[in-house]
Order: sequence, then structure tokens, then C-alpha cells
Amino acid sequence: MSSFSKAYGNFDWVIIALFLALVSIGWINIYSASVDPTGVAEFFDFDNLFTRQLLFIALSFLIVIFILSLDAKFFERFASIIYVISIVSLLGLFVFGKNISGATSWYSFGSFGIQPSEFAKAATALALAKYLSDIQTDVKSLTHQLRAFVIIALPAICIVPQPDPGSALVYAAFFFPLYREGLSGVYLITGSVTIALFVLTLAFGPLYIIAGIVLIAIALLIRNRKKRFGKRLYYILPIVSILFVFSVNYIFENVFEQRHRDRFNVVLGKDVDMKSIGYNTYQSEIAIGNGGLAGKGFLKGTQTKGDFVPEQHTDYIFSTVGEEWGFLGSTLVIALFVGLMLRIIVLAERQKSQFSRIYGYSIAGILFIHFLINIGMVTGVFPTVGIPLPFFSYGGSGLWGFTILLFIFVKLDSDRINQW
Amino acid sequence: MRRILLFSIVLISGVLLTGRLFYLQILDTSYASLSENNAIKRFFDYPQRGHIYDRNGNLLVSNQPSYDVMVIPREVKPFDTLEFCGLLKMDKEMLINRLKKARVYSPRLPSIVIPQLTKSEYAYLQEKMRKYEGFFIQKRSLRDYQIDFGANFLGYIAEVNYKDIEDNPYYQSGDLKGRTGVETQYEKTLRGIKGVKYIQKDRFNRDIGPYKNGTLDTLPVPGKDLTLTIDSELQKYGEELMVNKRGGIVALEPATGEILALISAPNFDPALLVGRERSRNFTKLYYDSIAKPLFDRGLQAQYPPGSPFKTLNALIALEENVVDSEEAFACHGGYYYGSHGRKLGCHHHPSPLSMIPGIANSCNAYFANVYRRVIEKYNSPQEGMDVWKNHLESFGLGGYMGTDLPTGQPGFIPDSKYYNRAYEYPKYKWFSTATISNSIGQGEVSLTPIQLANVTAAIANRGWFYTPHILKSIENQTDLIPEEYRTRNVTTISPANFEPVVEGMFGAYNYGTAAGIKIPGIDICGKTGTAENYTRIDGHRAQLTDHSIFVAFAPKDNPKIAIAVFVENGYWGSRYAGKIASLMIEKYIKGEVTRTDIEDYILSNSLEDEYAKPLSGKPFPINDGKKISGVPKKTEL
Repeated sequence: MSSFSKAYGNFDWVIIALFLALVSIGWINIYSASVDPTGVAEFFDFDNLFTRQLLFIALSFLIVIFILSLDAKFFERFASIIYVISIVSLLGLFVFGKNISGATSWYSFGSFGIQPSEFAKAATALALAKYLSDIQTDVKSLTHQLRAFVIIALPAICIVPQPDPGSALVYAAFFFPLYREGLSGVYLITGSVTIALFVLTLAFGPLYIIAGIVLIAIALLIRNRKKRFGKRLYYILPIVSILFVFSVNYIFENVFEQRHRDRFNVVLGKDVDMKSIGYNTYQSEIAIGNGGLAGKGFLKGTQTKGDFVPEQHTDYIFSTVGEEWGFLGSTLVIALFVGLMLRIIVLAERQKSQFSRIYGYSIAGILFIHFLINIGMVTGVFPTVGIPLPFFSYGGSGLWGFTILLFIFVKLDSDRINQW
Repeated sequence: MRRILLFSIVLISGVLLTGRLFYLQILDTSYASLSENNAIKRFFDYPQRGHIYDRNGNLLVSNQPSYDVMVIPREVKPFDTLEFCGLLKMDKEMLINRLKKARVYSPRLPSIVIPQLTKSEYAYLQEKMRKYEGFFIQKRSLRDYQIDFGANFLGYIAEVNYKDIEDNPYYQSGDLKGRTGVETQYEKTLRGIKGVKYIQKDRFNRDIGPYKNGTLDTLPVPGKDLTLTIDSELQKYGEELMVNKRGGIVALEPATGEILALISAPNFDPALLVGRERSRNFTKLYYDSIAKPLFDRGLQAQYPPGSPFKTLNALIALEENVVDSEEAFACHGGYYYGSHGRKLGCHHHPSPLSMIPGIANSCNAYFANVYRRVIEKYNSPQEGMDVWKNHLESFGLGGYMGTDLPTGQPGFIPDSKYYNRAYEYPKYKWFSTATISNSIGQGEVSLTPIQLANVTAAIANRGWFYTPHILKSIENQTDLIPEEYRTRNVTTISPANFEPVVEGMFGAYNYGTAAGIKIPGIDICGKTGTAENYTRIDGHRAQLTDHSIFVAFAPKDNPKIAIAVFVENGYWGSRYAGKIASLMIEKYIKGEVTRTDIEDYILSNSLEDEYAKPLSGKPFPINDGKKISGVPKKTEL
């Protein structure tokens, strides 16, 4: 407790305020999305999702106090052990896991369940920070890059077969700390180009894209015709790109499953049945569009009350914000998230310890991926990927996972005067 | 770069997502209405349609409840079609067809499956209805006619069609709307405004209570009752007299322009166009292209006016100062004009005649003389023609009357432009004699019965009239009648000039062409008319028996009624039209009929044989055998 009282003046109250704001606004919307419009259910009835969420929030405050009272060094020291425990808990799901709505992602304790993948993010962030901040680790070395990659990929590999590919996708966020610490920009360019080519090819068909690649390659060749070395790259890269473009349709048709293809097609505006495949996205867009500038008002959303948007209290919670609080309310929520992430990045940059900085970047990246994919999906610009909106979506594990993730950083940041 | 990459990506993503929200919530308004359809359902409460009364407060039209079976296609769950078809007494194919049509109209909005069930059918169906999801029963009200006449001006109500719905968003599929007559003209007044209830639905289409606590719901506004200017006794009597005849009668109250009777023969029972039988009966009436019962002859038929038109020529001549009422003209069995001795024939009567006996005896030669003077008064026949037309227009001729009934025809009054085109002026010249038929109401001029009745009312009033109208009051308030029916129209003829014409019409009843149909105790002024008319048989012009025409007003001073009667192919004026006019005047003024001899004549005589003649395919006699008409002679071919 001594360290808690000594350090509490150094906590970043901006982050804490943003956290409180997001959690409370989130709860208000969960209340709206889950309260029975006809019923007269008691407020303190744990059959109500909003009552449960209130309990989760209360417990998360206990977690906050617990984390803040630990010694800041604890996390760096025990990072590896926490990571190993986390991996074991993920593996344990294959034996003891409980199947809820098609995914074996939970340990079940009576009517509550714990989802270890929500906690594995924090563990991985700690482990990666610990490994990269090791004096002997050199991000530019291929071997060390590979090791870092294994640390990141291991939990993801455990999560994919649950199956919960959405949660696994979040591990792409660790690219950001790696890049910050000196990973070559080639990865960044290769990654972005690959994604861009993939999406563009699906949207416009391979012919236009190949024509585009050829034009760009010719332009670059002409511009750099006086260069004496490295010209081979100008031939190889376009050829590789073109080969990739040709393979896109094959990957899309053969590697992807039908539901994945459907989700892409919904976003790309291809002709799909809005009553079955596109239903979620469509109803969610209707709900948001329904809000207009100022929204329909608390508890007055017709889409929300009519339960037209499936999973509205979890992954689609943002559609409630859109419908009941309108453009103003949803912009506020986006601003709060952006503010939180930017604050974390700014704080991370000011850390003296490399460990804290890497950890800060990791959680900023994780929050970002959740934020982008979730709101992108709800507003119909991203394919449907089942990941929650941090602090907003209903669920104890999710809330606690993000609380732990965030407050470890708050603790690390408060200790920066002791860092060297 | 390494320090700002994530920072900028976060910022850019935030801006892009906000932009997407801006598009969804502010720019694209289509999503908002989608949700209205999605989660909120409207239920309608139809008010009672207003009742219709006659001028004496007799109820003509009231309401009866009816029940429509409606469907919302997307809510239909698989159901026992056999049982359902049994309940509705329809076959399966028809049901499937209706459902398909309903889906085409809209999967979300209700459409009619079976319209207008009676109370007893409804009672039987009501308890079983809940078994069929997506179907429901909508209560509406149908017309209940207390009378079996007057169908032409009452109009009827029918389901709205796609065009109505498109034109006016008030109407939904299955709503009822006035068609023709008073029902159309005063649709908004009669129908009231339907009430709306918004009910919020969840995704399983279960009610979860009123939307916005019912603040948007509205109560129905009941339709207003109308009182018409029609005297239902007179209307009924007139329709009885017109049985087995074709033609139109319009009776007006000269002092107000109120339509006392508007008769079109043949007519039909308005109850034929109510409920489920409406469509079948309508088709039958619609395709009767010979008798044309749906054609309102009182408003729409354009007839040559014949001799009653002479009264107008007399008035114009007096106003133009080309003749005085004392000057007499000789008649040698007609009027000779032109260099080739052309003749406008006349019947036997004393000669020479001045204006008053000229009108009473309907002398063609007199009016040919007078008419020529009017046209030739000016420097050119063109100018004279236009002055002449201008006078006529002040009586409401040559254009739509502007009555408060949705149908009507303008009739035709020729002007100089018309004759210039017809005679290819200025290549060829034309003179007043070329238009001489106008002097006796033949040739180019044509009028509808309501126009001629209005002319009669204007003569009765000695120079002014109110535009004929059928609305007397709304909910007993007369000040709701449109301004135009409360504004006096003044003719171009000065009041003093009417006296000789009125005297002439009075003379017609006392010693002239209508002397045989006098009504004891009433000073009637009238004018007979016998108008030649033609039809086409196999593309050839063929003359038919003359139309019997009569106009009259009574009493001579302070007139209560002005009437115009057209009986198609009834031959001379006093034969049918004059008798009918006299009987109706007596009925209206005395309340009973004393000339039962002429009543018997009218009731026992039919013109159906006359109407069958042109359809026989053989030459036929017209005008009581004075002429043979029909198939042209071989030499002419």
C-alpha cells in the first residue's frame, strides 16, 4: 500500500477520466439495448444484462485498485510467467473449455464465464515489451524478429481454432510497437500494399488493378532511368504484384469460407441478400442512419427497442449510440476513443524505460484495432469481424481484460520518475 | 516517422469514421425512413363518411359498415390455405394471385385480399382471423342509398387505384374515394380525415406498445354532412317521366342558381355501385355503348339547341338596336336567301309576325331576318359574328359552366375565326347567310342541357344568373359554399330588352307552339324546339328523328323554376319535352299534377323503337314517316 499512496499523485488522470467516461457511456447504451421495453423487470435482477454489466464494472474498479497498488516493477519482472500462464490457460480451453454459441472460448463458473483470450492480450504485450527491451535484443536482426513473432503468434494460434479469428486478428496490433522500436519499413510497405491490392482486386476486378500496376511501374522506371543499381527491383516487384493479383480470386474463392466471402461482398456493396447475409450490417446501418443529427433520444431508438440489430449489446453496441444519440453522440464517443489512444501514445513517447514505451504502444495498437474494426463493421465499411468495442460492449472478461491492459500502463507511467 | 505513424493512423481513422457517420446520419436520409417502416406500424381508423341530404332535409345517402380482409405479405406465415379459402369463399388460385399482387404493391404495406364483406360474413370470420398471421380485418364504411335515383349526380365511391395513391399520399391501398358526382367534388368534406395509430414492433413483429407514447397518433375527423340543392321529389318524378326515353333535364331555381333536378336518362340505381358487386355492375354499365347510362346527358350531352336559341337571337337583336319589338317580317313558308334561291323552311303560321308572336309561333323567317341584321350591322361579317358570340358568352355559353360537378362539356358557339378557317378566308369570302342556321339554333351551335337551363334562368331573371351549383350547405352552414356560386353574373343584355322575349315565351303557352300543354293556374313562359340531328351509320351521315326540346320558366313574374328538357329523337318540341317540362313545373310549384292526360301520355309512350331504328341495318323512316333515312341510296355510292 505504501507504493500506492506514494505514487497516486502521478497517475495520469486524463486516461482515468477517459476510461470512466467510456465505461459509463457504454453502460448507458447497454441498458438501452437490453432493457425490456414492455417488461417491468427489477433493476437489481441479475437476469438483466445491464445489471450484470454494472457488477462487472464494480469489479473492474477492484481490479484497478489492485493493479495500481502493485509495485510497478512487478510487471516487468513477472512478464514471462504471466505470459506462460496465459498460454496455458488458452491451451486448457481445448480440454476444459465451455462451448458457448459455437466457440470454445470460455471457462465456465456457474452462470459466469471467463474468456482467457481477453487477458492474453495484456500478457502478450508484457512479454513482447520484456523481450524487446532486453539489452541483447536487436529488432533489426532477423532471428530476433522471428522470436518476437513467435511471442506474438503463439496466443493467436491458440485462439484461431476456438474458433475466434477476430480476437486473433487483434495480434496484428503488435506490429506498431515493433515498428516503433526499429522494425524495417519494408514490412510496413509490403503489408499495406498486400492488403490494398487484395481489397482493390476484389472491388474492381484484376484487370484494372494490373493495368494500374503496369502504369505505375513504367512511370517509376522512366523517372529513375538514370539510376545504375537496383533496377532489377522495378521489374521484380510489379511481376510479384501481378502474380499476387491473379491469385487473389483463387484465395478468395478457395481459402476463404463462404461466410467470409459474404462479409466482404456486403461491404464492397456487391449484390447480396440484405435479409439474411447482409442483415446485421444492414440493420445496424439503418439504426445509425435513423439517429440523424441529435439522435432519437435515450430509450427511444426504434431499431434498438425493436431488437432489430442482433448482438446489439455486445459487438453492435455502437449502433445504439448512433440511433439514440445521433451524429453528435457518436462523434463524441469516437473523440473519446481517439483521445484515449492519442493520450496513450503521447505518454508512451515520454517513458524513459523502453519496456513501458513498448507496452504503451502495444495497448494503443490493440485499442486501435478494436476501435477501427468494430466501428468500421457497425457502420458498414469493414467486413463483419466479431470483436468487441473496448469498455463499451457487454461482457465481464472483455471489460476486465481492457481494464487490466490499460491500468498496467497507468501504473507503469506513474512510476516513470523511478525509471532510468 | 516511427514516432508519428500510429498517432497519425489513429487520427485519420477517427476522422474517416466520423465522415462515415456523417454520411449515414446526416447526408443519406433513406435510412431514416427505412427504420420507420421497419419498426413502426401504422393502423388506421376510418371515420364515417358524411351523409347527403336533399334541399328539404330528406336523407339521400348514409353509410353501412363493411369489412375488408387485408394482408401484409412479408408477415404471412405458412397457413392452411384450404381452410382459409373456404372461409373467404374463394379458390386457391385466386388467393395466390391476390397475394402475389399484394407483394408487388408492397411487402410491408397492407393490401386488400377480399374487399367489403358484410356484417354476417365478418362475424363468421372474425374469431378465426387470428390464426392467419399477416392477415387482418379493416373496418370501413360503405354507402347506403336511401333512394334509387340520382346516381348521375351523387356519384359513387370505390377503392383508390395506383394513380390516386401516387398523386395523393393520404390514400393507401384499399381506401375508398369518391368517383364522379358529388362524391368526387366534395370528397375531402365528405370523407373527413382518417386517424392514425403508430404501434412499435420488435423484430418478431410483436407489439411493444405505442410509438412515442402515442404522441404522434391522431383521432379520426368525421366527414361532414352535405345538403344538396336537389329537390328529391322533383328529381324522382323527372326520372320516372324519362323512363324509356333518352335525354337530359336540368331544373334550376333562377333566383339562386341552385340545381333543383339534374336528370339523365337512362339512369341506374346507385345501389348497383356499392360493395363487392360494384365492379361487375360498373363493367356492365360501362360497356353499354348504346344507351350509355354512365353518360350524364344533363351535363355532358351537347345538342343543337334548336328554336329555344331564337330567344337569344331576339335579345341580341334588341340590344344591338337592329330591330324593335314592333317591326314585322313576312314569312312565305320560309326564308329565301342567296342568289340561287336557297330557302330556310318554316311551318304554317300567320304572317307577317313581329317579335312577340314571332317567338310564340317560332317563325324561322323572322329570326333569319333579325340574325342577318345583327351580323351585317358591322363593317364585316367577322366583326358582327364576334359581337354576337360575345353576347352569348355572357350567358355562359361556348365554355365550361363551372358548376360544382366534376363532369361537363363546353358546347360550341362559332366565332369569326371558325368560319374564316372553314371557308378559307381570305381566299374566299363568307357572308352572314353562310351562317344563317345559327339564327334558329341549328348548324354549328351546340349546348348542353344545363347551359340551356341557365339561359332560361337568365331570361327569367331578366338579365342575370348565378352559376348553377348543387351544394346548398355543409353541416347546415351555407357560408361554406364557394364564393363563385354566391356571385351574380350579369349578361350583356339590358333588362328592359327581356320583356318582349318573356312576352313571346308567354305567348307560346297561350296561343303559340305550346298552347296544348298549358297548366291551369300557373303563368308559364316557354319555348319549343325541334332540332335536326345526325348520326353516322357505317361511316355515312344519316339523319335521325328530330330531338324534342323545351325550355320554360314559371311563374312569369318572380319565377321559381327554370327548366330545360331534351328528349332525344322525340320529334317536335311540345310532343315530349314540352309535356315533361309542364308536368315538372306543375309538380314543383303545386306539389301535385292535374294534367294527368299529358302525364299518362308521357308514361305510356316509349321511344325505344325509335332508338332501335339506326341499329337495324336497314333504311328507316324518321319524323313520323315524312322522310326515309339510314343506308344511302345506291346511286350515291
